[in-house]
Amino acid sequence: MTLRPRPEKRDPLQRKVERHVPAGLRSRAMHAMSARAAQGRFVLQQCVECSAVTYPPRDICPVCWGELAWRDQVQGATLLAETTVRVTTDLYFRAHMPWRMGTIALDAGPVALAHLSRNLTVGGRADVRLMIDKGGNAALFAMAAGEEPDMSDKQWREFVVPVRDRTILVTDGRGAVGQAVVAALQAAGAASVVVGLPAPAQPPAALAGLTGVRIVPLDLTDTRSVSECLTDIAGPLDIVVNTARFVRRGDGLIDQKHALDVTVLGLLRLTQGCAPMLQGRPSGAFVDIVSSAALAPDAGFPAFSAAQAAHLSLLQSFRHQMRGSGVRVMTLFTGPVDDEDHQSVPMPKVAPSRIAKGVVDALEGGREQLCVGDAAVDAMARWSDDPALYIREKNL
Amino acid sequence: MTAVETVLSGLTSGIASGGIAVVDLTNTLSPDFPVIVLPAEFGQCEPFRMETVSRYDGDGPAWYWNNISMNEHTGTHFDAPAHWITGKDVPNGTVDRLPPADFIHPAVVIDISAQAAADEDFILTRAFLEAWEASHGPIPPRHWILLRTDWYKRVGTLAYLNLKEDGAHSPGPDAEAMRFLVHERACIGLGVETVGTDAGQAAHFEEPLPAHSVLHGNGRYGLQCLTNLDQLPVRGAVIVATPLKIQGGSGSPLRVIALKPGL
Amino acid sequence: MRGRLRYDDVVLCAPVTVPYERYSSQSAHWWAGRALRVLADVTGLGPRDFDGFCFSSFSAGPDTAVGMVQHLGLSPRWLDHIPTGGASGVMAMRRAARAVQCGDAQIVACVAADTNHLDSFRQTVAGFSRFSQDAVYPYGSGGPNATFALITDHYMRTFGIGREAFGKLCVAQRDNARSNPLALQRGVLTLDAYLNARPISDPVHLYDCVMPCAGADAYIVTTPEVAQRLGLRMVRILSTIERHNAHPQDKVQWRGGWTMDVDDLWAMAGVGPQDVDVLQVYDDYPVIVAMQIDNLGFCPPGEVADFIRRTDFTITGDLPLNTNGGQLSAGQAGAAGGFQNVTEGMRQILRQPLGDQVPDARIAAISGFGLVNYDRGICTAAAVLEAVA
Repeated sequence: MTLRPRPEKRDPLQRKVERHVPAGLRSRAMHAMSARAAQGRFVLQQCVECSAVTYPPRDICPVCWGELAWRDQVQGATLLAETTVRVTTDLYFRAHMPWRMGTIALDAGPVALAHLSRNLTVGGRADVRLMIDKGGNAALFAMAAGEEPDMSDKQWREFVVPVRDRTILVTDGRGAVGQAVVAALQAAGAASVVVGLPAPAQPPAALAGLTGVRIVPLDLTDTRSVSECLTDIAGPLDIVVNTARFVRRGDGLIDQKHALDVTVLGLLRLTQGCAPMLQGRPSGAFVDIVSSAALAPDAGFPAFSAAQAAHLSLLQSFRHQMRGSGVRVMTLFTGPVDDEDHQSVPMPKVAPSRIAKGVVDALEGGREQLCVGDAAVDAMARWSDDPALYIREKNL
Repeated sequence: MTAVETVLSGLTSGIASGGIAVVDLTNTLSPDFPVIVLPAEFGQCEPFRMETVSRYDGDGPAWYWNNISMNEHTGTHFDAPAHWITGKDVPNGTVDRLPPADFIHPAVVIDISAQAAADEDFILTRAFLEAWEASHGPIPPRHWILLRTDWYKRVGTLAYLNLKEDGAHSPGPDAEAMRFLVHERACIGLGVETVGTDAGQAAHFEEPLPAHSVLHGNGRYGLQCLTNLDQLPVRGAVIVATPLKIQGGSGSPLRVIALKPGL
Repeated sequence: MRGRLRYDDVVLCAPVTVPYERYSSQSAHWWAGRALRVLADVTGLGPRDFDGFCFSSFSAGPDTAVGMVQHLGLSPRWLDHIPTGGASGVMAMRRAARAVQCGDAQIVACVAADTNHLDSFRQTVAGFSRFSQDAVYPYGSGGPNATFALITDHYMRTFGIGREAFGKLCVAQRDNARSNPLALQRGVLTLDAYLNARPISDPVHLYDCVMPCAGADAYIVTTPEVAQRLGLRMVRILSTIERHNAHPQDKVQWRGGWTMDVDDLWAMAGVGPQDVDVLQVYDDYPVIVAMQIDNLGFCPPGEVADFIRRTDFTITGDLPLNTNGGQLSAGQAGAAGGFQNVTEGMRQILRQPLGDQVPDARIAAISGFGLVNYDRGICTAAAVLEAVA
């Protein structure tokens, strides 16, 4: 096995870098904005009566005192003023000085402060994105209009999880999704992709000969195996992508127990083991692939659905446990996957390669939540709109 | 002392003095010890798992203990007649109802390690057994038949289960051999180093899985995942194999020891 | 609209300043108590004599003026709490004056006090307001430096004003501070040093920033009869204005609420900018000083850069500005920073300066600016004072 050279040089005698996150105190309205930002939406509050758009988040319309609702908005803006902050009392930003920010006039109406890309200048047109900062809260990031995100921009990198040159653990190299994820991460420039393979599976041919890919034993149902796998990685671990799942029809007790062992207890074993490793890294992230059956059960797959629901619950707790450490926890929702587990499920099904692309997109786009494939997008839309109806109509 | 008391006393003093050697035929029960893998359409065997409850810590400052879970047929284990459909009507065929006297029996060791090394799908036939008897003498009744393959040396590697695209590959008996041992030699059971008493490819035999089928259909037992069979004499060893008393259980992990003449 | 009542039969007396300290281990309560003690020493009044109390502070939490009266042993029949920071000096004066004028109180102690612990500034900035914690602090956590950097950047671009103009204001204020023994920064500041100072949040550089500190300022509002009985010299209020959240449509703040009320200010005062002997304006950053000079009518609108170039702001100059050095040199003692324009303006026209006296000072203009809730200062106020002969 050959490793790509790591550009990061580390002096073993240096004291461990202690990492901080931006201040987390926010109003309830701001948290509502963050919850939508986590879904990749660009929203501002709009009055349901006079249609005035307002920012920062308020609890009542400042124009007519009508009720406010979150609405998707156009993302254009103009930069009015800028500054480069060089001094701060905040520990997180102190470690990232100097920091460029500015005043933008949003095309949607309000004026906002925003983080700025290197290429945006005063008077210039901007595209604004609603990102999630290292502390887990929504933040506006303005780029020059038409500008592609620049992974070498150190401010932008604070809002995303770069894949290039990173060490990544992917669980369950036996599955089609796991294998596709490994290939995608490798193609995106990961320095080292460690692939966990539960015994007694043989190393899959799909992973043979990939540079920087290493296969290690990893069985999420075995606490010791998880611990030994993480020990075996030894060096820094930046990202974990969990693709392990156990999909069976019906609600057999043995299958249910195994699904819970892999998906629920397995997630706990994995997160408890890897959290300290991820916390020490500048851009630690944990990505998990969750079936939209976690939102509302599929009565044809009750055991699987239950395990996925419990899995999602733990994943959300893990996200909030990691909030203070800057480790991003990302959820990829998928519908039925076009793999051997869903042979009898009719189309549309999402291709493993599409999920793999979603993993890279979520990391490099800083997305806390991403629905991959039409079925997942549809499921999320219906569930968000009317959960009770969705549970019924899904199983008619 | 009665004659029996003399025998028992001799046993314990023999063990104490080393005149009787005790050989551990058991593999260590660990989470990574492989379990049998069935074709995907069947339910699967759950491996041994262990979670620490406390270890002199906040959950138990002065004590250490674990919760464990496993399939009955995990690690070095005992197969009772009820394990197989052919044995489903055998009286007292579950581990909790077996006669305790059956837990201690003498053994003969048949060494097929050279053949297994040459051919991992080596089939033990009646002809082989007859040839073996010709050179080693007849197999006496009410004995464990222990098949020495040296397969235990593969433990810890993928070559132990030896799974390939067409399934597992490991040595084992055919149906004629099993009928010979059960009906004509009245064996107590068959003990092997591999993960099953049957050969890896035995599902594809003309009479599939003959060891399980013939042994259990006739009230005989199986011992799997044994180790150290190469330390036993061809004759003269006594096997102590006491499965857990699991209500209605089809088998159980257990500690198997052999007594043999010592120094 | 009904015409405004003049501030007849009410005067300001006894401006006091408890010497500022960079860091203090004392509480805001202690600083407020020290201010009352100094007032008592100057006036001969005791706790029973103050029947009105008006308080302003950022660091007295969880207490307000209510907790403060019990803490300090006061039993006032009139009480107010002014949360408007840099505008609180003028606003306390307006409210107390009307209370005294109407007979609701006879002797009001107006007190602003703040402490500054080692970590006070960070805590104050991080939790300053809801809009700030949601939409300002997370963007680099530059605090007021960053917010005013954006206002400054925009102001410089809009009005073609350069750093040398702001530098002239800062240097003049430092020159004024040199005679004030209480100023925390009294060393020589040259324009060169100003221009070459290290950047803090571009275009804000080191000498554009105030030094947070602990301190207290206070004065009393009473009737001329009481002042006379106590033997105190008096200042009368010619006019005041205040405004909050003016011009919300301006995308970046380039003017303050003074522009809405400035005509009223001078009309009520019966004097104009040309009659002002000393100008004490809120000076957290020089851009706000320039904005006040413009908005209060000391120069034609939009021509402040030129006005600064041709005006001498030192104590002996054309328009003596922030004669104690202002917050930029004397220090920013929280809400007391919103009071020092009042106390210093009073001292100059009462001929009781801390440092050098502005020759023949009779009329003082005071201006306050407070509370950057989000991207701009919300509260503005101004007053014109005249010494009672």
